Amino acid sequence: MTWVLANLGQIWELTVAHVLLSIAPIVLGFLLAVPIGWFAYRFRVSRGLVLTVCGLLYTIPSLALIVAMPTILGTKILDPLNLIVTLTLYAIALMVRTATDAFDAVSTDVIQSSTAVGFGAWRRFWQVELPLAGPVLLAGLRVVSTSTVSLVTLGALVGMSGLGYLFTNGYQRNFPTEILTGIVGTVLIAVVFDILLVLIGRMLLPWARVDDAARRGAGTARVKAVAA
Amino acid sequence: MNLFGDAFRWILEPSHWTGPNGIPNRILEHLAYTGLTVLIATLIAVALGLYIGHTGRFRGIAVSVTGAMRALPTLGLLVYLAVLFGLGIQFALIPTIIVLVVLAIPPLLAGAYSGVQSVDGRTVDAARSMGMTEWQILWKVEVPLALPLILGGIRSAVLQVVATATVAAYISLGGLGRYIIDALPVRDYTTVLVGALLVTILALVLDGILILCQRLTVPAGVRAIRSSPGQRSTTKSASTVSTAA
Amino acid sequence: MIRFDGISKRFPDGTLAVDDFTITIPSRTTTVFVGSSGSGKTTLLRMVNRMVDPTSGSIHIDDDDISTLEPVALRRRIGYVMQNSGLLPHRTVVDNVATVPLLTGVSKREARAAALDLMDTVGLDRALADRYPSQLSGGQQQRVGVARGLAIDPNILLMDEPFGAVDPLVRSELQQELVRIQKDLAKTIVFVTHDIDEAFLLGDQVVILKTGGRIAQVGTPAEILANPADEFVDTFIGAERGRRALSIQTVNGKEVVVDGTGRLAGILRSPTPESGRSA
Ligand SMILES: Nc1ncnc2c1ncn2[C@@H]1O[C@H](COP(=O)(O)OP(=O)(O)OP(=O)(O)O)[C@@H](O)[C@H]1O
Ligand SMILES: [Mg+2]
Repeated sequence: MTWVLANLGQIWELTVAHVLLSIAPIVLGFLLAVPIGWFAYRFRVSRGLVLTVCGLLYTIPSLALIVAMPTILGTKILDPLNLIVTLTLYAIALMVRTATDAFDAVSTDVIQSSTAVGFGAWRRFWQVELPLAGPVLLAGLRVVSTSTVSLVTLGALVGMSGLGYLFTNGYQRNFPTEILTGIVGTVLIAVVFDILLVLIGRMLLPWARVDDAARRGAGTARVKAVAA
Repeated sequence: MNLFGDAFRWILEPSHWTGPNGIPNRILEHLAYTGLTVLIATLIAVALGLYIGHTGRFRGIAVSVTGAMRALPTLGLLVYLAVLFGLGIQFALIPTIIVLVVLAIPPLLAGAYSGVQSVDGRTVDAARSMGMTEWQILWKVEVPLALPLILGGIRSAVLQVVATATVAAYISLGGLGRYIIDALPVRDYTTVLVGALLVTILALVLDGILILCQRLTVPAGVRAIRSSPGQRSTTKSASTVSTAA
Repeated sequence: MIRFDGISKRFPDGTLAVDDFTITIPSRTTTVFVGSSGSGKTTLLRMVNRMVDPTSGSIHIDDDDISTLEPVALRRRIGYVMQNSGLLPHRTVVDNVATVPLLTGVSKREARAAALDLMDTVGLDRALADRYPSQLSGGQQQRVGVARGLAIDPNILLMDEPFGAVDPLVRSELQQELVRIQKDLAKTIVFVTHDIDEAFLLGDQVVILKTGGRIAQVGTPAEILANPADEFVDTFIGAERGRRALSIQTVNGKEVVVDGTGRLAGILRSPTPESGRSA
């Protein structure tokens, strides 16, 4: 505890870095995955291909991808972009599947009747399909968020900032308190993100019992969440 | 992109295929950690999952506990246990296996209980009315019908463990992670890439084998249901879990 | 013989499904429980094989109080056929029929041979033996369900709306088949339906139930038709109006029979035409 208090400044810095490194992949992954998922749901032909590619992508171990990134992107090994691109790819791989299922779950009756009432494809997407797919999308996003926050710690192995630094440093110094601080911090960030997502969900999807959908979605998005 | 060429040349170099740091030995170590972990985790999680699925009890607890387990950063847990045990290099295996088991339990548990719960309640009811004991219902009805989802869980678990076993090298164990962890500090990026490629190939091969097993274990009668259009929902919920992994 | 004695069932959620139900079901005949949805028919039926235990009262099969019998053993000597056939989707037709014999240790070859014989009994082509349930029509699935119910050669056969989910033509085919089988085998059948025609066709004894498993009337079909106990029964069997309210009209000096809607049902022929005419 004294160690924590003495190093509060550094812990806070690492936490902020961790949060920043996490947010980009979560947001980017979500924004990219929803249209891809919608595409896979709307055009059956592309579906198999898209889902297979995502499945394969997820098979690549994340540490492997992080260390291969400089070769692929031509970046420096310490560039945060390596981590962000890798985690974004994972987020997409996780999220596309859920998004496809989420759109699938919107009843065809509703879609047909809204078309019949005169919604164009564009307005139907924004006003019918997206909101109705919302609860399952949110559930998927929660899984992505938890997994991403945890994966950011791996960046420490390639010298990236974030709470993972407390793991490598604590290990080298043989100092469990420091490591434990890192673990607790990471879990706390994950929990705070999760609560925020639930609150945003309540705000945007007031009609859906968020918790219920999440429980159902946790099944849908039952995926390798914290793979390293 | 030249690095990829270097990496493949490295892999094909015969001298890298012998000795303790040779590719075959590292792959075997990697597979050994994976096998041991999945075995232990399966024994624990599938037994628990079948119990939860069959009785419907403790489902809420299982969902929240596995959710919490997923939030735990693997690397942190690994080094924490390693430091805590402090038993030296030859005992690094214990914290590694513990951490990997913790990682493998959520997908295994979820596969097992959701598999059993996905079995049509009327089928189970009919089995019970015929005079099957609870044990017979579990083994003759629920497990065969849940098998694709149980294997889906095993598949996710194997993939996660193969991927994560890489970090075991960080606490001085073997496995394919050795190439990455050893080469990083000396900026030997060719070898780093070799490690990354080998782990990926291993994961893909194992995944392929498991997909095949999964296909083969779908009960024939269930496969017949799936090809008939009236039953799409069953198909979907089943494939969701398996292919998502 | 099955005897219900003051049986009540209250489910944990507070629903009183059956309230003080008493009746005797004679051996080797068919008793039909008929009543509208939610009247407690299924609950009553499932008490016989202890899939549901009553809150109070007792059920005897012959001289045994079934609450003293081990449920699994009890169920293995009672055949059960349910609406959605409840077949095991991962087993072939013949394996489904042979399920219980195999559980009780009959050899695989014997069980299979017996199952094939039963397929003949219920009018299923043996060529279907190796199909899976999902590859059968609804009517065929129900036949498999009946065959499975008969597989252990039980004295008692419980049937819960077994023909409820098939189309009218197939249903009447299955009903005729059951009448034929029952003539040969003479089981104690307890049959649940909400179709009064089916009840009158199959039942030696018909029990008309109101909500809460309260008995509105018990009797043979003829007794019930001749003397409906009350307005409820009257309405239920459609005696007031509809097809069963037959009346005689004279057309061109001949007597014809019309139903409650005025539709022609047939002509009236007395057993002794001469005396009938003169009377
Ligand atoms: N497991 C249960 N828990 C709570 N209530 C139940 C349960 N099973 C049945 N009930 C209730 O008991 C009553 C009788 O149900 P039951 O299934 O016996 O009716 P039924 O006559 O078979 O109806 P149907 O013709 O629709 O099959 C209903 O009100 C039903 O909702
Ligand atoms: Mg019923």
